[in-house]
Amino acid sequence: MTSYIVIALFATGIGIGWFFREKDNTRKKVDVAVTWAVYLLLFLLGISVGINEEIINNFSRIGYKAFWLTFGAVAGSVLLAKLVYQFFFKSNSED
Amino acid sequence: MKGSLIILAFFIVGLIGGIYHVFPDWLLNEDLTTYALFGLMFLVGISIGSDKNAFYVLRKINIKVVLVPLTVVVGSLLGTALVSFMLSDISVKEAMAVGAGFGYYSLSSIFISQISGQELGVIALLSNIFREIITLLAVPVLVKYFGKLAGIATGGATAMDTTLPIIVKFTGKDYGIIAIFSGIILTILVPILVTLILEFL
Repeated sequence: MTSYIVIALFATGIGIGWFFREKDNTRKKVDVAVTWAVYLLLFLLGISVGINEEIINNFSRIGYKAFWLTFGAVAGSVLLAKLVYQFFFKSNSED
Repeated sequence: MKGSLIILAFFIVGLIGGIYHVFPDWLLNEDLTTYALFGLMFLVGISIGSDKNAFYVLRKINIKVVLVPLTVVVGSLLGTALVSFMLSDISVKEAMAVGAGFGYYSLSSIFISQISGQELGVIALLSNIFREIITLLAVPVLVKYFGKLAGIATGGATAMDTTLPIIVKFTGKDYGIIAIFSGIILTILVPILVTLILEFL
């Protein structure tokens, strides 16, 4: 449920943002607020992870999984990007 | 890079404080996180919606360019799904949700930990930070072997800001606009795809 509310707020924000296109001051303040909201949330995530002994005891396993998932995501994207580049982009700009 | 170090520092301070139980209980209230997340997403929305750059970029691009973020989505999700078969303790959908962070570690980790718990949230945080670091370090090599879209592809959502300078440097200014376009689309897709993958797959 929470995630739907979040997406609705996100979409509303994009719509409202349209009206702030020329307001550089407001945009700067919004970006500062985003930065601090991220700091707060990552700090809170840190606390809830810290008190969770199961995660702390398995941290190396978590890092191991994260590493391989990154490898998969990067390898998948890059290999597909090579195909897409050769089929759709290369001939137009080079050779 | 500096930004990600500061964010990581906040996470680590929280983590260490949590391990030694130095923070008051009200900080652990789930509602606080939820409301902070509501606020964050609304603000991120405003930030994207008010980006003049975004509309300028939209007018400049042609239909072919839409293939670029699509490539990143398909490549990241397929790649992480394949890796999940190699790892015994992560499901295909959990792996794909981590992949759907596209390097946007702050948002994806917070989002995923709300839906699927903190362990997967931490995996998403680390994995997507690794993705940004790999992009910053490896773009020259990747571009050499995988073509000019490779930097934009590894950069994912970060191709519009933190990794844009390095991408432009090694693939040329004409690819800058594609990088920004792809980054914006992927940034918008992160919360949507993460939710779809975790709730419906």
